[in-house]
Amino acid sequence: MQKESAIREPLILGDKTYHQITEDVCAPVEGKANKYWYMAFSVAVIVALWGVGCILYTIGRGIGVWGLNTTVDWAWDITNFVWWVGIGHAGTLISAVLLLFRQKWRMAINRSAEAMTIFAVMMAALFPGIHMGRIWMAYWVFPLPNQFGSLWVNFNSPLLWDVFAISTYFSVSLVFWYIGLIPDFATIRDRAVKPVSKMAYSVLSFGWTGNAKAWIRFEEVSLVLAGLATPLVFSVHSIVSMDFATSVIPGWHTTIFPPYFVAGAIFSGFAMVQTLLLIARKVLSLESYITVKHIEYMNIVIVITGSIVGVAYLSELFISWYSGVEYEGYAFMNRATGPYWWAYASMMTCNVIIPQLFWFKGIRRSLITSFILSIFVNVGMWFERFVIIVTSLHRDFLPSNWGMFHPTFVDVGIFLGTIGIFFVLFLLYSRFFPVLALNELKSILKSSGDNYKKLHHND
Amino acid sequence: MEVPSEYPEVGFMPLMCQHCNHAPCETVCPVAATTHSDEGFNQMTYNRCIGTRYCANNCPYKVRRFNWFNYVADSKFTNLNPAQDDLSRMVLNPDVVVRSRGVMEKCSLCVQRVQAGKLAAKKASEPLRDGAIQTACSAACPTNAITFGDINDKSSKVRTDAMNDRAYHLLEEVGVKPNVWYQTKVRNSMQTAAEPTA
Repeated sequence: MQKESAIREPLILGDKTYHQITEDVCAPVEGKANKYWYMAFSVAVIVALWGVGCILYTIGRGIGVWGLNTTVDWAWDITNFVWWVGIGHAGTLISAVLLLFRQKWRMAINRSAEAMTIFAVMMAALFPGIHMGRIWMAYWVFPLPNQFGSLWVNFNSPLLWDVFAISTYFSVSLVFWYIGLIPDFATIRDRAVKPVSKMAYSVLSFGWTGNAKAWIRFEEVSLVLAGLATPLVFSVHSIVSMDFATSVIPGWHTTIFPPYFVAGAIFSGFAMVQTLLLIARKVLSLESYITVKHIEYMNIVIVITGSIVGVAYLSELFISWYSGVEYEGYAFMNRATGPYWWAYASMMTCNVIIPQLFWFKGIRRSLITSFILSIFVNVGMWFERFVIIVTSLHRDFLPSNWGMFHPTFVDVGIFLGTIGIFFVLFLLYSRFFPVLALNELKSILKSSGDNYKKLHHND
Repeated sequence: MEVPSEYPEVGFMPLMCQHCNHAPCETVCPVAATTHSDEGFNQMTYNRCIGTRYCANNCPYKVRRFNWFNYVADSKFTNLNPAQDDLSRMVLNPDVVVRSRGVMEKCSLCVQRVQAGKLAAKKASEPLRDGAIQTACSAACPTNAITFGDINDKSSKVRTDAMNDRAYHLLEEVGVKPNVWYQTKVRNSMQTAAEPTA
């Protein structure tokens, strides 16, 4: 068994046993939801339905119901797309990269972070679909054999790379998440008393027996999938950034985009994990597993990636001047001082200045400030994508083409709607799925559990 | 530049698709709905377009136009679009298809006229004469400010115009290699008079 330094903070608090971990994690699945869950779920369903209505209205009437125009052909649609993909980055980073680096603290958060990833990527994937003028032809973006003649997709187009990047990322994340869930579903199955849930969890757990051979294979598959998923964490947002970086538009045509987008994605992903888990640990009474130390670790990731993003913003500004390209210079002057200065200011404040507060130990270990700051980051990262997309498009080369973007109620409705759908999925997940990787957690109980650490310390 | 009235030297400049030989719109379409013809046209295949609008975003001239609505049926345009009733629909050019909602469109350099002109020359078994094909804009311009022709024909008027000292490409520095040339406007202003030129 692994020994852990006594001065390292325990990852599982309280006097926990293997059985108690099972009890704690299964409690939300086996018990009844309280009235707060029903209230949150009702609100989420209403907002989701409103969003679905707005989507159907767009499909029925045309993209003209959005605030787009000839100058600004993408705005909230692609902003939301990139925002959601970015959020969907933390899950796989936590479960794959941290697994390879043997970071044990990931075990308390990986399940929910991966669930968040899956749901966020689903929301992201919605936007490239609904932003199309003719969504009923959306299948043309797949290289399918067809009878139209020699028609094939255009492999030069970054949008096509997106199709492959997002679908690969989604499938690998889903498989990774599901493989991890199998032993935990089996635990719920073994404890289930009602025949319906027994049957449902039997199917979900794929007949997991829990013998040593199965565990060996489980760990091997997890490692292989972590190896496969790790490059994807970096490739997906690099490719998303190429939607902009390969264009000729000043403010988009930037070689810094791939690393800058990846750092931003991890930044926003961790902020969303933080937002969700700070609520979940309270509501589901998981304070012993998602400890202040876990919150602090995530805040450290946020302050580091936030600083990388800040350096990227400043490099962009500097290079726009230093390059001597007048279009590039104007694009950045216009971002900071033009009609969308407030969006740029919000982005800078929320993403660069505010997360720096996490250098203070008191702030990054406080639940309240962690929650508030995570919300700021979520807002700031939305503004970042808005700034990149809209301020670059609305004033490019020829002043006669300049214009503004004004969102309509449909733009707002669809964005809020995806947040609603996301929460519907996440709330259902928190009721029916084991929100912590309970079997994995048991593997660190004796090395990192509070009670065991005290015991060894007294040896 | 942000307030035009502060820059009184503003000129009128018809701006249509520049039919770039290194077109940024063509590479970004995921379904290859916009492609280059061997005659140098930047072609738009309406019935292949799925409407991602990436081409319009990546156009430095912003000359692509999107069909945001179904203009021939949407109630919002009843008072604006005469083509919504059967009689008025006769104003529409029968040689050009009406583009549906959700597809991108742009100047085709009157490809229907080019095809008809080529066919007429072929039927008459004679080479295509310079000036035989006119685009709608070049035909309509009363001062002959717009010339259309074959740039590879060394004796054509468009070739002569494109080779003269006043000819330039709009936003040449972006490197998209347009097939449209403009003629710089010769101004007799106080500012240019003050600057001695070689």
